[in-house]
Amino acid sequence: MSDANLSLDHAGVAMEDRPFAIPSKKLVMWLFIISDACTFGAVLFAYGYIRNAAADWPHPFESASVLNALLMTFVLVTSSLTMLIATRAAKSGDKAKALRFTFITVILGLVFGGLHLKEWFGLIGQGVRLFQNPWGAPLFGAAFFSITGLHLAHVLSGVIALTVVALGYKRGRYNADDIEIWSLYWHFVDLVWMFVVPMVYLMNVSAG
Amino acid sequence: MEATNNTSTTDFVVYAVILALACVQVFLLKGKFVPMLLVAFIQAFLAVNFFMHLGSEKKTLRLALIPATLFVLMMMNMIWSDSFRLMHMKPFAK
Repeated sequence: MSDANLSLDHAGVAMEDRPFAIPSKKLVMWLFIISDACTFGAVLFAYGYIRNAAADWPHPFESASVLNALLMTFVLVTSSLTMLIATRAAKSGDKAKALRFTFITVILGLVFGGLHLKEWFGLIGQGVRLFQNPWGAPLFGAAFFSITGLHLAHVLSGVIALTVVALGYKRGRYNADDIEIWSLYWHFVDLVWMFVVPMVYLMNVSAG
Repeated sequence: MEATNNTSTTDFVVYAVILALACVQVFLLKGKFVPMLLVAFIQAFLAVNFFMHLGSEKKTLRLALIPATLFVLMMMNMIWSDSFRLMHMKPFAK
């Protein structure tokens, strides 16, 4: 190996350069994201399978539910934008702005969770359970609650993680790289929602 | 760490385009599976490229992540023939 591929670590020991030119923890986050993408892919494929295979798949979503899903999309995409602003501020050393926008992201995540639960309780109020519903294929509830529940769990995990990282960043325990790495996770959660909305909501809109 | 080298104007433009595409899905393409999925892929590309900055990372990282993920997701498509068989209630071939 040539010297060009070597660098010195903080202790002055010669180390091989990082193969992808990113810190290890950022690479780990990317690896987590692609594995999670495959998890969501598998869940959405399973949903497609049972939806195809069911002769009487229900279409329960009225225009109010669709508009609620659009509002949730607006909130989540906006939270991605605020996270971008937070990351950019952290990178430029503006700690106060980075913290402010990270906490705005956290609040938007909680708003998204609230809208999600509103949708859930609306369906539960109409009689939808995991393995029964008033309209047709009993697996509709299991599919809907599994997919949106998995996504909601990711959003709430992101809210907790961003809060912990932001507080650690405020105290100096974490740095701008950590904010950036968790912003990757947040954008991924946003990305997954872009597939959940058309497949779960817009394909099941009531004709009436 | 190379990552945040786009301008913030680009962020706002990408944000607006993703939201506009979401509105297109809801108001124009509702119930049309393939067009909605294509729009979702465009939104995903914008998010990965501009929000997650994968486009500005080293090429080796992109090559390590993207083909493997796409391969796994493409392989999952093998389930469709069986789900369509069930839809038409066709028995297994003897």
